Amino acid sequence: MVDLSAPTSAPLATAPSRTEAGPSGRKPRRSISRANIFLYGTLIVFALYYLLPLYVMIVTSLKGMPEIRMGNIFSPPMEITFEPWAKAWSTACTGLNCDGLSRGFWNSVQILIPSVVLSIAVASVNGYALANWRFKGADTFFTILIFGAFIPYQVMLYPIVILLREMGLYGSLTGLVLVHTVFGMPILTLLFRNYFTSMPEELFKAARVDGAGFWGIYFKIMLPMSLPIFVVAIILQVTGIWNDFLFGVIYTRPDLYPMTVQLNNIVNSVQGVKEYNVNMAATILTGLVPLTIYFISGKLFVRGIAAGAVKG
Amino acid sequence: MAADRKPSQLFRNLNAKVAAIPMILTACVVFVGGTLWTITYSFTNSKLLPRETFVGLEQYERLWSSNKWLISIENLFIYGVLSLIFSLVIGFLLAALLDQKIRFENTFRTIFLYPFALSFIVTGLVWQWILNPDFGIQKVVRNLGWENFTFDPLYNAEIVIYGVLIAGLWQGTGLVMCLMLAGLRGIDEDIWKASRVDGIPKWKTYLLIVIPMMRPVFITTLVIIASGIVKLYDLIVAQTGGGPGIASEVPAKYVYDAMFLSQNLGQGFAGSTMMLLTVLIVLIPWAYLEFGGKKHG
Amino acid sequence: MNTFKLFLAGASLLALSTSAKAVDLEVTHWWTSGGEAAAVAEFAKAFDATGNKWVDGAIAGSGGTARPIMISRITGGDPMAATQFNHGRQAEELVEAGLMRDLTDIATAEGWKDIVRPSSLLDSCTLDGKIYCVPVNIHSQQWLWLSNAAFEKAGVPVPTNWDEYAAAAPALEAAGIIPLAMGQQSWQTSLAFQVLVVALAGSDVYNKVYGDKDAELAAGPELAKVFEAADKARAMSANSKVQDWNQATNMVITGQAAGQIMGDWAQGEFAVAGQVAGTDYTCLPGLGVNEVIQTGGDAFYFPVLKDEAKTAAQGELAKLMMSPEVQVAFNLKKGSLPVRGDVNLEAANDCMKKGLDILAKGNIIQSPDQLMSADSLTQVNDLFVEFFNTPSITAADAQKRFADIVASAD
Repeated sequence: MVDLSAPTSAPLATAPSRTEAGPSGRKPRRSISRANIFLYGTLIVFALYYLLPLYVMIVTSLKGMPEIRMGNIFSPPMEITFEPWAKAWSTACTGLNCDGLSRGFWNSVQILIPSVVLSIAVASVNGYALANWRFKGADTFFTILIFGAFIPYQVMLYPIVILLREMGLYGSLTGLVLVHTVFGMPILTLLFRNYFTSMPEELFKAARVDGAGFWGIYFKIMLPMSLPIFVVAIILQVTGIWNDFLFGVIYTRPDLYPMTVQLNNIVNSVQGVKEYNVNMAATILTGLVPLTIYFISGKLFVRGIAAGAVKG
Repeated sequence: MAADRKPSQLFRNLNAKVAAIPMILTACVVFVGGTLWTITYSFTNSKLLPRETFVGLEQYERLWSSNKWLISIENLFIYGVLSLIFSLVIGFLLAALLDQKIRFENTFRTIFLYPFALSFIVTGLVWQWILNPDFGIQKVVRNLGWENFTFDPLYNAEIVIYGVLIAGLWQGTGLVMCLMLAGLRGIDEDIWKASRVDGIPKWKTYLLIVIPMMRPVFITTLVIIASGIVKLYDLIVAQTGGGPGIASEVPAKYVYDAMFLSQNLGQGFAGSTMMLLTVLIVLIPWAYLEFGGKKHG
Repeated sequence: MNTFKLFLAGASLLALSTSAKAVDLEVTHWWTSGGEAAAVAEFAKAFDATGNKWVDGAIAGSGGTARPIMISRITGGDPMAATQFNHGRQAEELVEAGLMRDLTDIATAEGWKDIVRPSSLLDSCTLDGKIYCVPVNIHSQQWLWLSNAAFEKAGVPVPTNWDEYAAAAPALEAAGIIPLAMGQQSWQTSLAFQVLVVALAGSDVYNKVYGDKDAELAAGPELAKVFEAADKARAMSANSKVQDWNQATNMVITGQAAGQIMGDWAQGEFAVAGQVAGTDYTCLPGLGVNEVIQTGGDAFYFPVLKDEAKTAAQGELAKLMMSPEVQVAFNLKKGSLPVRGDVNLEAANDCMKKGLDILAKGNIIQSPDQLMSADSLTQVNDLFVEFFNTPSITAADAQKRFADIVASAD
């Protein structure tokens, strides 16, 4: 019924023939209509709401401190300075280490990649097992897992310290990756389970009839069809793990501290002068990695249309 | 792999069970274990370090007689309900608009999503500025001529929680939109074709056909938003610090402050036990309906 | 001059520690702002000069952020070599649990009991007769900072005490100036109240209420007077809409507000803005009424380590932090007062000198951190932040709630 070997090419060919409005397909070539004015109008209004704070951040990051003290946050900088950016990246001090955000950058990457890969791999297999291979008791464990999503992290700090200490993983990268996997698991498992559940069941049954097993179906059918949800999972995890500060600092050693430690130290200093321009530059810089991922994932999203269309 | 026709009960779905071992361990050891640990120590007078001096319900009595805790609960309720409604509505609306074969889809999507990449600490700081009456929106509007324009949500105890909501929605709706978009992209082309053939208006198709089909996505979204609401902490700290006065305190902050500022672990654990209890009360009936009621075909 | 002294200090210590092997010591603290980091650098420089290496583990954000990290590291079995805490009772339980190193030998050998002034600082480090920490500085809170320009604009002379200041409020308001700047965070309002207690009711009352937890006194007429003053302060600060203490200080610097009650760390802000004590701003210790300062501050604790070489280096670091040269260099950068009375601080500015004078006269009180548990203090903080932001709570109501907290405090 479905040709599994060539899932992407065929459906797109039918798209250009459609002229009516639909949820997906090639870019339209249409003149300005009333519906379009409403459509773009709404989007632009929302876009302004979302962009206003970014504008404030960028403008502030380009001002000197005296100008910020004068206090009009919306006014463009009178004298543009890139010093706050340079400072945030390479000279802002964490105590005595004055090499800015750059210090923790590679540590963050080193934490991010295994954590994201492992947590998504584990959770997607969980979700798949829960959606398609339900075994006795699975729902109970799953309910507990969902419950876990609501436990404030702070409450778990000490029990996990004890747990890691007993496992001999306290202070190691492995320990931190496990912690991220554990805390990402509830939401991600739910995400995948519900996505796989909403896929047409005939697909799964047909593959079973064809003799495909647990892993065969997962890799050959489920993975290629779930690009959009993988994108969402990646967005969630990359953001969460990249911005994580507390776990990174509690469960590792100083030579593994992520760059958010530096961000925290720049933004969160309790005493002394707050350098708002450096704060803003540091935030935008720290956000660049997730932002880049979002941008790249946009293309995957579009490809998800094609994958999704196979189902027809 | 050979299809296992009549396997014994234990070895049925063996691969699935093996694959689920990490999940089972996490659920049992970390979440159940951690919760039991928390509940146990909520009956002690642990201060800086956990210790086994049991004091009965003392921590709970103090918790419920604390004005700060009561205000926290009320705030969480208001913020929670409004945040759920607005996130879902705005998120779905934006996703539906983006799904109309529009130009610049990538640009718009990135604009709506980017706040999610920024830490709550800075989200709070920026919105604190924008909503500051002396140099934010109020000042700008007054400079334009409306001298009596007043908009200072962060400095008015009555409405401060709405000021936090504005910032919270700004940060979080992008992700909701993304989830909804993923859900919409999963909807079968044929559904749209069929509804067009039948002449059903588009809004009706969304409301009566597409949204019911997206039920699993809505559940995922609901859990993500709700768990975020329960854990609301950083934003409050950065944007209002719980102020003015204690008008914008929330339970997670109460718990955190009790544990690490007051160095009263017992009180913090009592607070978090109450939070978890509330979650359980909501979650168990739902989980029963969702997973327990029907059997997989 | 300082570098030379430091060099000498380093050289002499190097000579002392010939046998010890050079080791890396990780030191955690929450001093991350410019001036603070410069002060820490003095420690590090002196320590590195002994041939060992200071590995800096700075985590910003004292209470909420840094402390759980430090405690986790210590209880997780992977402790740092030394860590900062405030004086007082914060680390008590870690000491009781046997996780902190006993420094009594070093303290006795170095004669800290005779050097450290006021002696209460060392008492705060002492548990069951043993010394567990090194006090490094004194920060005081009892300061009223006034903008000379604001008073000039309002046409009233710069006040010399709290009553004159309160009386000037209407004139200031008429000139469009906010009489009192106050940040919204709870510790700031609580700080203002403590300062009012000491200034208006006297140190004895303060000690009895905060130290002996005398609830009757807390409910009595002497405190009622203070609560009325707090009510007045609340009215004076009604239009002050800022969060952070340094934003409030900035209002004083720019003349938008006439004054602020804040600790001596506010000096750093005035200094950065290029203002000069006496001409641009005025500082009144003890609100100009009761010139007393509080002796809170920071201290370093040394977790128990297994490594012998590191343990030896810990001892060296402890000695070093107390040495006169390092004390001077550190405190000048930090803007705080040294913990020993036998050092010379000619580089101190006017306000700091006022503080030193009061210290020399012995007009000191212990800080609330030293007297009350963090738990009780948080309750006090919560009460005052609510009081200062809710005009409907009367002074009498607040006093009643305060007395209740004092009654149950530990």
